[in-house]
Formats: sequence, C-alpha cells, structure tokens
Amino acid sequence: MAREIDLMERQRRLAWFLIVPAVIVVLLVIGYPLIQVLVYSVLKYKLDGVTPPSFVGLGNYLFILTDSDFWRAVAVTLIFTFFSVTLEAVLGLSVAMVANSKFKGRSILRVAILIPWAIPTVVSSKIWAWMFNDIYGVVNVLLTNLHLIPQKIAFLATPITAIPVIIAVDVWKTTPFMALLLLAGLGLIPSDLYEAAAIDGATAVKAFFSVTLPLVMPTLLVALIFRTLDALRVFDIFYVMVGGQGNMATMAIYNQQWLVSFLDAGIGSAASVIILIFIMIFVILYTRFSKTSFQ
Amino acid sequence: MKEEDTKTILLRVLFYLLVLVILVFNLFPFVYAVVSSFRPSSDLFSTDLFPKALTLDHYNQVFKDPRFVAGLINSIIVAGCTVLISLALGSLCAYALGRLPFRFKGPVLYLVLTMTMFPQISVLSGLFVMLKALNLFNSRQGLILTYLIFTLPFTIWVMTQYFRSLPRELEEAAYVDGAAPLEVFWKILLPLTVPGLVSTGLLAFIAAWNEFLFALTFTVTDTMKTVPVVISQFSGATSFEQPWGSIMAASMVVTVPLVILVMIFQYRIVAGLTAGAVKG
Amino acid sequence: MISPKKILKRYLLRCVGSLFLISLATSTGFGVTIRCALDSDVGEGGRFSKALALEWAKKTGNTLEYISRPNDATATLQQFQQYWAAKSPDVDVYMIDVIWQGIANPHAVDLKKFYTEDEIKQFFPAIIQNNTVNGKLVSIPWFTDAGILYYRTDLLEKYGYKEPPKTWEELTEMAKKIQDGERKEGKKDFQGFVFQGKASESVTCNALEWIYSFGGGSIIEPDKKVTINNPNAIKALQTAKSWVGAISPPGVVTYSEEEARNVWQAGNAAFMRNWPYAYALGQAPKSVIAGKFDVTVLPMGGANGKHAACLGGWQLMVSAYSKAPDVAADLVKFLNSADEQKRRAIELSQFPVMPAIYSDPDVLAKNPWFAKIPDVLKNAVARPSTVTGADYNQLSTAFFQNVNKMLSGGQSPQDTVQQVEKVAKRLMR
Repeated sequence: MAREIDLMERQRRLAWFLIVPAVIVVLLVIGYPLIQVLVYSVLKYKLDGVTPPSFVGLGNYLFILTDSDFWRAVAVTLIFTFFSVTLEAVLGLSVAMVANSKFKGRSILRVAILIPWAIPTVVSSKIWAWMFNDIYGVVNVLLTNLHLIPQKIAFLATPITAIPVIIAVDVWKTTPFMALLLLAGLGLIPSDLYEAAAIDGATAVKAFFSVTLPLVMPTLLVALIFRTLDALRVFDIFYVMVGGQGNMATMAIYNQQWLVSFLDAGIGSAASVIILIFIMIFVILYTRFSKTSFQ
Repeated sequence: MKEEDTKTILLRVLFYLLVLVILVFNLFPFVYAVVSSFRPSSDLFSTDLFPKALTLDHYNQVFKDPRFVAGLINSIIVAGCTVLISLALGSLCAYALGRLPFRFKGPVLYLVLTMTMFPQISVLSGLFVMLKALNLFNSRQGLILTYLIFTLPFTIWVMTQYFRSLPRELEEAAYVDGAAPLEVFWKILLPLTVPGLVSTGLLAFIAAWNEFLFALTFTVTDTMKTVPVVISQFSGATSFEQPWGSIMAASMVVTVPLVILVMIFQYRIVAGLTAGAVKG
Repeated sequence: MISPKKILKRYLLRCVGSLFLISLATSTGFGVTIRCALDSDVGEGGRFSKALALEWAKKTGNTLEYISRPNDATATLQQFQQYWAAKSPDVDVYMIDVIWQGIANPHAVDLKKFYTEDEIKQFFPAIIQNNTVNGKLVSIPWFTDAGILYYRTDLLEKYGYKEPPKTWEELTEMAKKIQDGERKEGKKDFQGFVFQGKASESVTCNALEWIYSFGGGSIIEPDKKVTINNPNAIKALQTAKSWVGAISPPGVVTYSEEEARNVWQAGNAAFMRNWPYAYALGQAPKSVIAGKFDVTVLPMGGANGKHAACLGGWQLMVSAYSKAPDVAADLVKFLNSADEQKRRAIELSQFPVMPAIYSDPDVLAKNPWFAKIPDVLKNAVARPSTVTGADYNQLSTAFFQNVNKMLSGGQSPQDTVQQVEKVAKRLMR
C-alpha cells in the first residue's frame, strides 16, 4: 500500500517536471503577442508614425461587426472550412486505409501521398492557378480537347467556380496531413482484433464500423480539430489564387488587409481577437462533441 | 469455387485501380511542375501540353547561386532543430498528460491549443518586438522558437492521444518489477509510440521547412535566410518579372530532401501493436 | 526536462551555424557601415545595384551591407514596416515604391537637405511632385515606369492598318478585326487586347489610365478634391467593361502583369497594356514575337481626351532612424547620379528619371524605342498616393475591388464610381 502511494507521488512530481517546460515555452512565445493584440484592439492606432494612439474602448469591434465585408469573409471561411475538412477527413481515412494494407508498391504510395503537402504552398497554389488559367491552363486545354466544355472557362474569375476550385486544391494539398496522422492512428489497432472479427464472420464493411472506426476515432478527432483550426485561418491559398477580390476574402485576409495594407493596428488587432473568439467557439463545440475526456 | 476466384480478382483489380487514381491525383501537379522546370522560359506559357524542347538552364541558375545552397542548409538546421525540440518537449509532456496523474490536464491541453488559434499575421509584430528584446532577431534560434508555435501544439495533442491508447498492462508489469516512471517511459512506452513520433516529426519538419512569413520577417541577412525566403527573392531584371522556370526548378530541388526523409521513415509510420508486445 | 544531450546538440548546431560564411555582401573598409535594402540580388537588377553600391563603398572607404528585399511589393512593404515601427537603425537606405510616399514620410529624412534646387530640377517634375509630402522631399526618384501600349506590327500590317490606334475606339475596332481574323485562321486562343484586370494595384493603374485618358481626373486631385464621380470617368469605365468577353478574355479579371505578358508573348494577343519590362523580354532571341512588335503611348479617350500613362517606378529614401544619414545620403546620390542613370538605361533598359538622358546617343543606340518615352512620361498620371498618405491602400483597395467587380459583370460603372467616391470622401475628411 505504502509503495503504491509512493509511486503515485513520484509520478505526480514527474508529471510537473515534464509539463512545466512545455507550458513555459507556450507562455513565452505566445504571451507577449497576445497581450499586444489585446491592448491594441481597444486603441485607435494608425501606424502612420504621426497620430498617437488613443483609447476607443469597443469602437474597433463595433466597426468590424457592422462591416459587411467582414461577414462576407466569415461566410467564405466557413464554407471553405466545412467542405474542405469534411472531404479531407473522408479521403484521408480512405487513403490511410489503402496505405495501411499490405500490397506491392505500398512504399511508393506512402511517399507519393505526402508530395502535395511537401511542396511549398505558394508554389503549389501558383501551379494550380496556372493549370486553371483560362488561356494556357492545362485543365482548360484538356477539357476543351476532350470536348467536355464548349469553351474555356475563367475558373478563378467568379466565386461560383473559384471557391470549389480552391477547395479542391486545398483537399489535394492537405489530405496527406490527415492521411499521415490517421495512418499512425490505424497502427494502434492490434491486428488480432481484425482476426477475431473475421472469425466471427464479419464482412469488411462491418469490420470497418465495429473495429476500425471506433479505435481510430481518438486520432481522427485530434486530426479534425487541428485541420479545422488551420482551415479557419486559411490565407495563402486564397491570396495566391484569387488575390484581392473582395467577394472572396477570408477572415485572415481581412485581418491582414487592415493590419498591413491599411496600417491600422487598432482595427487589425480587434479583427485578430474576433477571429480568436470565433475559433474558441469551435474548440468549445469540439470539446462537447468529442467523446474523449481529458480528466 | 470459380465464383469466389473471380470476385477476388475483381476486387484486387478495383483496388489497384484505386491506388492508381490516388497516385495520379497526387502526383499530376508535381509532374507538371517538374516538366515545367525543364521547359525553356519562352515555352512556359504556350498552350501546347508537351514541351517542344527541354533545357537545364533553370537548374543551372539555381545551383549557381550560393545563397540557395546556404538557404538549404539553414532550412535543414532550423527545421531539424524545431522537430527535435518539439518531439523532445512534446513527447515528455504528452507522456505526463497521457499517463501520469495530474490535476490540470484539460487546461494545459487547451492552453497549448491557443497557440494555434491565431492567424499568423496577428502575432507577427508582437513576435518581432519580442525577438528584438531577447536579442534573437535575425538568428536561427529565434526562428526555431517561433516555429514552436505551430509544431508544439499538435505534437503534444497527437502524442498525448498515442500514450493514452497504449494498454496499461505493460506499465503495470514494469512497476511491479520496481521500475521508475521515467524508465517506464524511456524503455517501454516510447518505443511503442514510434509511428506517432515519426508522423508528427515528418509533419512538423515539412511545416517548418516550407514556412515563409516568419522566416521572411525575422531574418534579414543572407546567412540566416531559409530556402522559401530565398526563392521569394528570385527575380529578373525588374520585380514585375517572375522567373517561373527557376522558381519551379528551385521548388523541385527543395522538395527532394523531404521526399528522401519520407522514404527513409515511411516504414516506421505503420508499426502496430502486433508483434509480441501485447501478447508477451 | 530537456536532456543534456539535446542542449549539447543545439549548441553544436549553433556553432556550426555561425561558422557559416558571413556576408557574401560586405566589402570591408573603415569608416561607417551602411546597410541598404534594395532589389534582390538574385535578379539582374539587384546584381547591378549591389555592384554599384559596393563600388561606392570602396571609393569612399565605408563598409556596405546589402539586404535583398523580396520580389513581391506587398511583402517588401510588410517587412519595411516592421523596421519602421521599431524605429530600427538597422537599415539606412530603402528603395520604396512610388506609392509609398505618404506611408514612408514619417520615417524618412528630408532629402532637400542633401540636394540643391538645381540638382532637383534635373529630375522629371511630375515625379518630384509625387515624392514631396507637405514640402518634404521624402525620396529621390531612382528609376521610373509608365504604362505603355504594345502592338503587333506584323498583324497591323496584315490587316491593313498603317499606324497604331490613337483613341480607345480605334483600338477596340482594330482589336476586334484582328481577333476575328486570327481566330478564323485557326488560332482559337487569340485575343484582341490583354491588360491587367486583377483585383490588386495592377488594375488600379489600368483603370486610372482609362479614366484619366477620357478626361475623368485621377480619383482624388492633388488639392484633395474627390473627382471620381463624373460622366467622363463613367464613360471610361463603360468602355473598359465592354472589352471583357469581346476583345479581352473573361479571365482578364484575374490577370496581373505576368499573366497578360504570358498571353502576349506566346503570340496570342494583338495589343497589350503593360509596363516597359515586357519589351526586353519580348525581344529575347527565343521569343515568338521578337521583332514583330513595337510600343507607343496609350490611346486617348475620344478626340478630346488625353494620352495617359500610370506612373510607376522606385525611389531611394534615407531612413530617419539611420545613425549616419549624411553618409547614407552620399550613397543615394552616387546610386542616382546621371552617369549611373545612363548605365542603368543601357544595361538594364530601365527608365532614367532625368529627361536629359533620353537624348543621349549611347542610350538611344541601345534602346531606340526610348525616344518615344519622354512623351509618355510627359503624360504620366500619378496615383493619388501622396494626397491620401497612409490611407492610400484603403483608397486603392476600394477602387480596385469595385472596378474588378464591374469588369466581372457584378455592378454598373455608375455604382462603381459612387462606391469609390464614398470611400474617398471618408478618407479625405
């Protein structure tokens, strides 16, 4: 009995030793920027080097929340997040399962599935923008040569065609991220469980729903939350492919516009805080939904 | 008997077809980029699908530049250190969060998660000021520190999940034998989490390797720049011109170390709790 | 707990890191260390500037450190802003875009301290005026740019036109005829006219040219009056809108400079509006259109209009936080001297900022087309960046987003000017 308590104590002390350094790093890196953002968000602060900052309370927040451009950006971001995360989860799991099976050439597959994630985003977005160009783009050339469309389409010119294209490109790029995490998660499932299921006469589909899915769920949830947070902050791919088109800005692009282009640290910081709150709402929803408890 | 055979063959064909589709979908843009990197500049935007001539000009230009090689080395150092630190700090922290008694697991996990809740641009000026204050501006250490913002959170979360999923019997047996908690971690549990370590390590490496905004803002001299920044500075006689041939060539070169890394480690991604560990 | 092994590893790596070649860009001397942030020296332009700067360092016995800026102008501005916000003495000389005068003003030294009246008179007055904010000369012009019309001489001849178009109406007619003809002959991708319609600074320049050429003003005049909402401006925008889908591809709303040039240089356009940089690229040996095109000033908006050219180019400024502004100014004067301007014109085909150089025989021998440029620059219209100061980007964003929306068919020219007027008036309050 005494030894058990002693062990618990040693474990507890060790836990503190192991966790505190990580926490210190977090606070160090994020602490000052967070404080700066919060402070600036309640100031009217133009970075023109001339006007001194002044206190405006919730003025910046009010401005943003009544700005139709902001809400449009929110809509674009949410649509993008919903479709891309869902597709990436489904495709990622499928690809992971294929890569998990034993077959000839699976090492090549495992390397190939990571390539989209490995190419720098600005480069791959530019390649895709090229491929979708309305005159010399490969996609248009192929589609017209195969007579699938009557004439070339300017995919990136309007939201109706551009946003699905951007979602498709993001799915292409980020499925590897999901697939890799899920592949590791699939590795946690002992193969004797599958053997047992087979002995019980379960079909492949049944085995998936009763063995695979429940056991990969924890990893899937972690992959989902990170992917969702990334999607909510999406910037590069929209910026490169559709640049400044006002009806296709995302929250992060809106944020950058005010902070950098318009030199307004007040509104820019308030936008950052609002985005942070948005994301926190998602995290809270996720916690409610997730069956995994951390206590 | 015959019916079963046909069914299996059909399934197998479908399976390989699926593999083929995945391969083509993933690799097509990459192949397109590789082909472009060998196309002469004047030919890059013609509407012909297949290039009329090939050239090594772009690759020559890229390799001739000592800055590109310096950038590669900087990227290796920065990404490598970022991964090592994230994995070290992260897996130790995750072991504690996943396995040891601790009262504030939830709050810590969510605190760590807040690091990823900011758009990069929001923290840019705050980090700039901070790095200058700590005298870490224009240094690799400073950059590595800022990269922990995105590598540490998901390393901790994924590895915590991993540790939680390991069966308890192994530890209990070890504790009965009188092992210390750290020994249990090092000798028994950590080896079993190798797939998780490799996965998060690879993803962290790639994220740090391709990161642009922080590298651009926090490095100034050529000795410190990482490869994405060097590529962004490729220009022609004026800043309007974007030498896509060279950019493609440089990007292909930059992807090669990543591919090699993946090839080396991909076997370790799927280990599974099969062989003996649980049964033994 | 970070193991000693990891700490040692990090330390070793740090040592290896610092053993690295230090600056490939320093030239040692005594005197002062000056750092300049100029064009990336991976490109030809940057290499030229760097060599020049190092020459200065050797001559004056100072040390020079060359800092390459990213290719993208927005990324450059972002980077510079970090320095300026931190009042950093780390950089002494910056190259800044023509539209950043208002933004850079608080962080710049008044160059009137280092240039005499006579010296200033040697530069193009329009650019000097653009660079002067409230009487302070924020930066000195380094090389300039203006929008020009590129046209295919061979196709004009083929379809019976003796001269390039003088008005936009003429251009529309010629472009349509040539486009129809070429497409009938099998070139399905041929376009009449390509320009920059992308929602970015690119279309601000293009649209300003249209509006100014119809006599519609320049959105906000230097005396702070908001003039955008007028019938000439609306007519200009209407004309441009009619091109999309008729003589310009629908995708033109996503084209910036390179996309337009790519269509043009592959031989798929009769006319192009672009900056001068495309000239040398078009005449390169392997180019499909080499020897088949020429340039001229952009068309007028009707017989009563004017020729317009959007003013671009880069300037040199001395940082207000520099520890040695006098030495820095000396570097600026060296980089910018008449001799260096001439060399730059000959070697890089960049536009000098002193009118006198355009009549220099050596320059004309290398670039005969430079003879037309003084006319172009005489008609240069500057974007209203100086009058809007730090708010310029807000105005430009409102302008380019609305114009782009109009070009895509999303709103009428009337609504477009009204929306822009609203924002402009708010900013000028």
